[in-house]
Amino acid sequence: MVPVNYYIILSAILFTIGALGVLVRRNPLIMFMSIELMLNSANLAMVAFSSAIKSLSGQIFVFFVIAVAAAEVAVGLALIVQIFKSRHTINVDEMNSLKG
Amino acid sequence: MPQPTDFQTILPLTILIVWACALLLVDLLIPKERKWITAFLAAAGLAVTLSFTIAQLGRSSTGFSGMVVQDGFSTFLNALQLVCGLFSIAIAYGYVKRMGLERGEYYTLLLFSVTGMMLMAQAADLIVVFLALELLSIPLYVLAAFNRMQSASDEAGLKYFLLGAFSTGFVVYGIALVFGATGTTNLASILASTPTSSVLLTIGAALILVGFAFKVAAVPFHMWTPDVYQGAPTSVTGFMAAGAKIAGFSALLRVFSTAFPALAVDMTDILWGLSALTMIGGNLLAISQSDIKRMLAYSSIAHAGYILMAFVPYGNADVAPVAIASGLFYLVAYAVSNFGAWGIVIALEKSEGKGLAISDYAGLGRKYPVLAAAMTVFMLSLIGFPPTLGLVGKFYLFRSVMAGGFLWLAIIGVVTSLISAYYYLRVVVTMYMHEGEPSVTSEFWLDFTWGLSALATVVLSFMPQALFVMASSALLK
Repeated sequence: MVPVNYYIILSAILFTIGALGVLVRRNPLIMFMSIELMLNSANLAMVAFSSAIKSLSGQIFVFFVIAVAAAEVAVGLALIVQIFKSRHTINVDEMNSLKG
Repeated sequence: MPQPTDFQTILPLTILIVWACALLLVDLLIPKERKWITAFLAAAGLAVTLSFTIAQLGRSSTGFSGMVVQDGFSTFLNALQLVCGLFSIAIAYGYVKRMGLERGEYYTLLLFSVTGMMLMAQAADLIVVFLALELLSIPLYVLAAFNRMQSASDEAGLKYFLLGAFSTGFVVYGIALVFGATGTTNLASILASTPTSSVLLTIGAALILVGFAFKVAAVPFHMWTPDVYQGAPTSVTGFMAAGAKIAGFSALLRVFSTAFPALAVDMTDILWGLSALTMIGGNLLAISQSDIKRMLAYSSIAHAGYILMAFVPYGNADVAPVAIASGLFYLVAYAVSNFGAWGIVIALEKSEGKGLAISDYAGLGRKYPVLAAAMTVFMLSLIGFPPTLGLVGKFYLFRSVMAGGFLWLAIIGVVTSLISAYYYLRVVVTMYMHEGEPSVTSEFWLDFTWGLSALATVVLSFMPQALFVMASSALLK
């Protein structure tokens, strides 16, 4: 059996990669994938803790996160498609019509 | 199995969400040129829900195995959210027609978002906090991008979405760590448990704080706010600035004072810094703005800082109840002035984003004296100048923070309020001292909203005690 610490360290690494991805990458699709990575690293941590302390509520939480993430994908991709249709680019650096 | 009492706990919430789902279907039958019917039906739904919420006053119960709770705190905030929802429909009513955005989904999405905000105040479990957060955010992402024909609105929607989802990531990871440390996600059980690792618990709580700091737009997590507030349709901005902020604070209050009072030693310093930074940053950045929407966006950031003051003494059992009551009071004061101010911005806004510069307010004092007087009231209230609700709110806040022994925070609050007078009064000076030919759209529900807000801002400031007693009775047990 793999100790729970290993899972948590892995999830922390994944979370960091995800967070850095959002901050560094300029393509909304990649940023979006990085956000999914953050959510899934949390899922991994939840499941690991859940099995370590023998409590099911963590695993139920994971289902909620997966379902809600799917709803978020629907809205996010729709927004990206809409922007691509009107500008033919989705690079966030070129989204600079709002400034003050 | 769920019991009937479970549903009683979330009765107003259930009514609103069923109403919203039904409205989505009914809207299909309403012809395109009569979408005002949808607006009225949505407002009726909020009004019905409001009456059921008020009927819950004085009662308290928990439901669904402690997942949701209904108490004075949730009733107070739910009523406030519903009133905000009604105001948002009133300011949107003519605006969406004028801007060619009149589609039935606007109102349905608004109802869904209000449902999420209400659930937020009733959440007694971190799972429900997360669900409520998403239920309120996802419709807001769509609403921010509602003006599809304008690239600014698209851009606002995408920025809000990316940053919102990013902050959700922090909240979820924080919840996972808290669960790992305590073995439960229930707020009351977290308090009762003995954490296996206090480091894990502290990091988890901090990550949850970061996530919500994004939501309420606290410095340094505020970068998205000006862009989103400026790009989104103004009626949506008014709703976001009040509703989403109140919801974020209700979750923070509930989670931190129910689950993490033991962490106050570490958290107080962090909250102190966050509050001070937000007040200073928001007010300083607002000074150089020439666009009224951006200026009000920075002003809303600054106000998040003032409200955060109410959290700083949350671990001190003597001061915390008063501080939280002043926080709730300030939320009411902020919501009222905020809706009034955004209502007037809508009255001056023309299509294609015209009429939004502060210089467009020149000459308003002579041509539209009532409107200019109302705008002056809101600006004074946002500064915290007598005789307005904003002054009373700030007075209560500073008093409770000083009672908690945070003199310097109160001093920063007073000094930044003085700084803020500069950019708020600039609007007033432009209205009265500069020559100009402003043109204003007059429309019954819009005029009603800013008129009522102005009246409430002044009149309630003469009898703040009643409101403060209400806020105090709304305290968390």
